[in-house]
Amino acid sequence: MTTFTLLVNGTNHSFETDPATPLIFILRNQLNYTGPKLGCGLETCGACAVLVDGEAELSCTRAASEFEGKQIITIEGLSLNGNLSAVQQAFMDEGAAQCGYCTPGIIIAVTGLISKTSKPSDGEINEALEKHLCRCGSHANVIKAVKRLTAGGPNID
Amino acid sequence: MTSASLEKSPNVDDWLTVSSDNLITIRTGKVDIGQRISTSLAIIAAEELDIDYDRIHVERTQTGVAPDEGVTAGSNSMEQSATAIRAASATARHHMLLLAAKALEVDVNTLEVSDGLITSRDINRSITYSDLMEGKEFGIAVDTNAKIKVPSEQSVVGTKVVPKGLNEIVTGNFQYVHDMTMDGMMHARVVRPPHYHARLKSLDENKIKKLQLEGVKIIINGSFIAVAHEDEYRAIKARDRMAAAVTWNLADGLLVNDLYEALLSNPRVSHQLVDGVPDDEPIPKLGNPPDEATKTISARYEKPYIMHASVAPSAAFALAEASKIKIWCHSQGVYILRNSAAEALGMKPEDLVITHVPGPGCYGHNGADDVAFDAALVARALPEIPVLLKWTREDEHAWEPYGSAMVMELRGSLNRQGDVIEWSHDTYSDTHSMRPFPGPNGLGPGRLIGSRYMDPSVPPTPPQPTGGSHNGKFRNQDPLYTFPNRRIVKHLVKDLPLRCSSLRALGGYANIFALESFMDELSLEANMDAVDFRLMHLSDIRAKNVIEAAAEAFGWPGNNSKGVGCGLAFGQYKNIKTYAAVAIEVEVTDNAEIKLRRAVIAADAGHVIDPSGLIVQLEGGVIQAASWTLYEQVLYDRGGITSRDWDSYPILRFGNVPSIKTILMERPGKPFLGAGEATTGPTAAAIANAVYRATGLRLRRLPLTPEAVKLAALS
Ligand code: FES
Ligand code: FES
Repeated sequence: MTTFTLLVNGTNHSFETDPATPLIFILRNQLNYTGPKLGCGLETCGACAVLVDGEAELSCTRAASEFEGKQIITIEGLSLNGNLSAVQQAFMDEGAAQCGYCTPGIIIAVTGLISKTSKPSDGEINEALEKHLCRCGSHANVIKAVKRLTAGGPNID
Repeated sequence: MTSASLEKSPNVDDWLTVSSDNLITIRTGKVDIGQRISTSLAIIAAEELDIDYDRIHVERTQTGVAPDEGVTAGSNSMEQSATAIRAASATARHHMLLLAAKALEVDVNTLEVSDGLITSRDINRSITYSDLMEGKEFGIAVDTNAKIKVPSEQSVVGTKVVPKGLNEIVTGNFQYVHDMTMDGMMHARVVRPPHYHARLKSLDENKIKKLQLEGVKIIINGSFIAVAHEDEYRAIKARDRMAAAVTWNLADGLLVNDLYEALLSNPRVSHQLVDGVPDDEPIPKLGNPPDEATKTISARYEKPYIMHASVAPSAAFALAEASKIKIWCHSQGVYILRNSAAEALGMKPEDLVITHVPGPGCYGHNGADDVAFDAALVARALPEIPVLLKWTREDEHAWEPYGSAMVMELRGSLNRQGDVIEWSHDTYSDTHSMRPFPGPNGLGPGRLIGSRYMDPSVPPTPPQPTGGSHNGKFRNQDPLYTFPNRRIVKHLVKDLPLRCSSLRALGGYANIFALESFMDELSLEANMDAVDFRLMHLSDIRAKNVIEAAAEAFGWPGNNSKGVGCGLAFGQYKNIKTYAAVAIEVEVTDNAEIKLRRAVIAADAGHVIDPSGLIVQLEGGVIQAASWTLYEQVLYDRGGITSRDWDSYPILRFGNVPSIKTILMERPGKPFLGAGEATTGPTAAAIANAVYRATGLRLRRLPLTPEAVKLAALS
């Protein structure tokens, strides 16, 4: 057991835990941020994604201690003030979720993407979402949400 | 209109309660599994009660509290639960108007309702639903003849609403069973044997002692083994260490004969179908084609085992206290689970209280019931300790009950005019129904995987042929087309290797894949356009309409040149529910990969309650079925299931999602039809038909992988 500190959703937290514990368990079980989901624990589904210094990263295998000194934002952190982020709002507007288990990870991925590229190409969208599995088949609406967001209006086809 | 749900739960109080601030709670036995049933039910209640949609709260389904509506499956929820809730809401509204008339001392006909506020046109006084009913029971039966709104009076139905739970989902606040906590709780994991037939041989006591010294709880009940710890990560690591402390008796392993060979040659029980219903008449022989036949062709289609493959591994929370066990889980049928789990545990059903808490989309009978029973076994061994048991990704892939493998053999004959004058369809498959329905001699418990391993163990329940209309493997086997001389036969095949149960659309997916592929094959023989050929063999106008609508919106026949092709297919789910036609354009690349470019869906789901929810269901069905069709098959060898993660069992990713356009037919006033499964079969056949037009290759064995395309190109 060692002590380490994590900056999550704008607040510093200190832990005395096995530092090898993957980040997701600290977020979910110690900080009660249950938005990041455990889908595989193998870095193969995207459900556990969080923003780390603005980039979408997976939290299910890498040790929490590796994230010391970085800024971690979970899905909850996107709307801390009670207002939905633009990405969250676009997902609401397009109804881009069914069971919603994959949704926090996908919203994080999209947030990471558009913070770098405000007008991503189809290829860039697919690349950012390639790791993210959705079994309900919400993909079409997710893509509409991303397009709504990046084109500034609803997607007309 | 009455419904089976109302027969079991006939009173208004069974279905809804009014509390303060005009908040209405509705109760349903149908659970929300991401299909947005709560949204539809809330829309219906809001409509009939004349109250704001946001004031409707849909309560969690709990045994002993919620109406017992059986299982949430088969696209039945709208017909059953919505019919009941609509009648209950209309009855409640009428009752409250009578109470209001009395309280306000006015004629009931002068009353109007707006957002639960009842006002009389005659006097300037009003009263709310809460004033009348808060803390009270209605104490009346649902009046199945209560006046319900006609379409022109409706203001909520058919409009766009914010789906129930969506705000919580996008903010990460939606609570799944995986997110539940309780003071003093432990996290549990199961140590599974390598395969179904392995049993515990010996344990390394030293390793176990070490784990116990570190605070790990070890649960051993026959060959059912689990570990628990307060810290989730330590529970996961303990699981791995415990796995290394167990030696299994491997017995014979899984059967590895050629699957499709086995489906055709293993012992079986056969029934012929008449109008989609099996009977006990002798199986008609497939004789010579009729004399007028100018062409007769036959083809065999094959579908492997596929998975539900929920994105979250199944999970359940359980707590054993005194003589009771409480379970929170994402089962689709909490009552049947309760009764079978109680029997397996030797408990009274009332002593098991099961509450539905959302889980991931399940698309049928996945691991949800099994994990609930596992959690009960662990909780019983750790009394007073709340336990959250999660399956691992590997558990989910290797232990869920799969969608059955199937073989479909078809033969059709055409006359000179291109009419189908004879049609034969044999379907060979294992069961599609292993939900834990209770039954005599441990049939219910035998359907829960944990019961096979506990002591005393319960043997697996042998599959039985199912009756009814368009059930199980014979769903959509009898085509809607107007063919004379049909010979439709289903075969329940025994001694197959893998554990199976219901997966979205059941046999309907593969039967429609086969019959709609075969329709294209026959249309070629008849030298006719595939769409015209279908229309010529349909008399049902609603069926024709969806095909025409899809063809038109798609621009049929579309682009068919140089590796690009278009296909269309149709189905009416169970021949009585939603009509759907799907048209798809594909590109077959130089690497033989099938790329989905664009799709059009036309669907007739009757009167539409929640258009966005309906579109999501239809499009989600296309995407999921495209994944089954292009990528999926459960692989195994003697040592067990080898599809154990997302690499060994790939599913469709964002890179191959077509753009989708959906057309909903307007059918105001028509009964609402279940739609969750309607597009799955047509999608498979539309893709196969498109691949044929792109390449000239007719692929009849799923999945349509690059290897399958290359193999077909060689032969
Ligand atoms: S849970 Fe991290 S990628 Fe699946
Ligand atoms: S919405 Fe259910 S997995 Fe994506």
